[in-house]
Amino acid sequence: MPTPFSTGIRTEEMVLNIGPQHPSTHGVFRLVVKIDGETIKEAVPVMGYLHRGTEKLAENLTYTQIIPYTDRIDYLSSMTNNYVLCHAVETLMGLSIPEKAEFLRVIVMEMNRIASHLVWWGTYLLDIGAIGPFLYAFRDRETIINLFNELSGARLTYNYMRIGGVKWDAPPGWIEKAKEFVQYLKSELPNYHVLVSGNEIFQSRITGIGTYSRQDALDHSLSGVMLRCTGENWDIRKNEPYSIYDRFEFDVPVATEGDCLSRYHLRLQEIEQSIRILEQALDQFPEEGEVMGKVPKVIRPPVGEVYVRIEAPRGELGVYIASQGKDKPWRFKLRRPSFVNLQILPKLLEGVNMSNMVAILGSIDIVVGEVDA
Amino acid sequence: MSSWLEQAPSLTNVLHYSLAAVALLLVVLGFVTYAIYFERKVIGWMQLRPGPNRVGPLGLLQTISDVTKLLLKEDTRPKHADKALFTLAPILAYSPAFAVLAVMPFTDTIQFADLGVGVLYYIALSSITVMGVITAGWASNNKYSLIGGMRSAAQMISYEVPLVMSVVGIILMTGSLNLKDIVYAQQDVWNIVPQFLGFIVFLIAAQAELNRSPFDLPEAESELVAGYHVEYSGFRFAMFMLAEYVYMFGMGTLIVVLFLGGWLPIHPSLDFIPPIIWFIIKFMFYVFLQFWLRATMPRFRADQLMGFAWKVLLPVALFNIMLTAFVITYQNGFM
Repeated sequence: MPTPFSTGIRTEEMVLNIGPQHPSTHGVFRLVVKIDGETIKEAVPVMGYLHRGTEKLAENLTYTQIIPYTDRIDYLSSMTNNYVLCHAVETLMGLSIPEKAEFLRVIVMEMNRIASHLVWWGTYLLDIGAIGPFLYAFRDRETIINLFNELSGARLTYNYMRIGGVKWDAPPGWIEKAKEFVQYLKSELPNYHVLVSGNEIFQSRITGIGTYSRQDALDHSLSGVMLRCTGENWDIRKNEPYSIYDRFEFDVPVATEGDCLSRYHLRLQEIEQSIRILEQALDQFPEEGEVMGKVPKVIRPPVGEVYVRIEAPRGELGVYIASQGKDKPWRFKLRRPSFVNLQILPKLLEGVNMSNMVAILGSIDIVVGEVDA
Repeated sequence: MSSWLEQAPSLTNVLHYSLAAVALLLVVLGFVTYAIYFERKVIGWMQLRPGPNRVGPLGLLQTISDVTKLLLKEDTRPKHADKALFTLAPILAYSPAFAVLAVMPFTDTIQFADLGVGVLYYIALSSITVMGVITAGWASNNKYSLIGGMRSAAQMISYEVPLVMSVVGIILMTGSLNLKDIVYAQQDVWNIVPQFLGFIVFLIAAQAELNRSPFDLPEAESELVAGYHVEYSGFRFAMFMLAEYVYMFGMGTLIVVLFLGGWLPIHPSLDFIPPIIWFIIKFMFYVFLQFWLRATMPRFRADQLMGFAWKVLLPVALFNIMLTAFVITYQNGFM
């Protein structure tokens, strides 16, 4: 890039420390950038401010005790975190799950995906200077949170699933309320587009920035929307169906541009697809049946190891468990999508304007609790 | 009122004049107090919130308690800040914002100084504000405020050009720089109709001059934390906020005078409504537009912002001048 001062005026680089306390790093994330004027020359992410050692702690906890810890990894989609742990242990033990529990799991996971994308939508627009959408997104998320509250007694850290099923059955009338909400959200989504997606300023602001190719995405092991925005059609719900996802009809939205705008649209389209899954799941929901399968009192998976992965709102969420036949895991490892997706950030930020920094960081959709675990 | 200026100074008219200035200051501060309340209420309603409703009936005392809090706060100054400039900056930002109101004709009779070059006076004084902003950014000795200050300076200087250019059309039509004459010339039709292009350019450029959404880059919270006033707190911070709102008051009055026919009624048959009420109605309409934009618009990007000023607004403004000139020449029969 030619500098505007080629006449011999010397410009100096400045090191700017962004975070860990900064309004748009979404938590305690720190970024050290070297800037020349407003152009970023180098960006170094510094992580670990929210590290709680979940993986090490898990080695001294029984499997059921780990579940509340998973709530706190990606605190915007606790349900998927709950599920991936239960799913890993169930796979290792070869447990079968009652039908009703599977339905409840899928329903809460998809609702949580919607809630998570809504938070992203609101905060992303907050980052690029629109304050209104944030409150609209949180209004609709609130309904989901209230439904979860009714189901599990908690608004954020649900601790809802158990190995072999779910802890609570849906209270009377819950399914109807959920159906009502799904219909409401379906009619509300077009308004989101009217408010934001059509805005000229918004479009010109994020079109064509933060672009990377399919190869870059694969090299950085990106997943979720970060991968699908480059044209790779990969959704674990479709490609390696788990739970009862193979029973539902839904599409995997894919874009080819690989820029921030395409990621924005993909996330909104994913909400639509989640609504489709929810509609089917709520219609087919079995009223009768158990929510817990036959599980031994003390959970002792056989000696062995297992790795399972699911499609969390942010990408591929995986759990690796090495068991030595005890009631506690010998080694517990999480593949956290936020952490992996974040690795492409220095590459994306090189040579861009400072004001794009926030838009690019926001489009990765990190949750610092998950980055640092 | 301005006839006092032509009399020899005596104790009576100096006293009158000072009192009138204090009264105007109080009116403006009163406006600012309730403009902030109004803004928070309107934006609150647009965002599904009730807005301030705790302090006093309907939250009417909210701003007063906020300002009191700012006044009672400790006056802090960063250790490495440039003391003199750090103190000077808020004053530099605030005083021109208030001084521009001196030439504003609120009605036929309420005007402090009927300057022959009213428009020029306004533009010249309002440019001083940018000095306050850049001084604040520099003197705070903070990287965020420096970037914010630089952005602000670049933005305000760039947008001042189309802002001034868009007014030239009106000056050509009126043949005067006097704000009162400009209003009188709108007896038949408001300038917004023949000068529609100019109005649009002016509206956009004014928004950027005021650093209001969607051009609020200098204080882009999500990028620069707070921009040029990141190190300011207490009353110094209040001065900046006050300057912003008083400047909005000034810009609102200017836009009403230049384009919306000042105190003139929308139709002569509505003459029975006092002129000051007309002025306030038009003015409130503009203020509401400000809040509306703030509640819905995302922010421009720094580089696109500059491009927009130079590549879009300026050519449009120049075209408008040319068009106006041609039309006037044609009407005068020179072509």
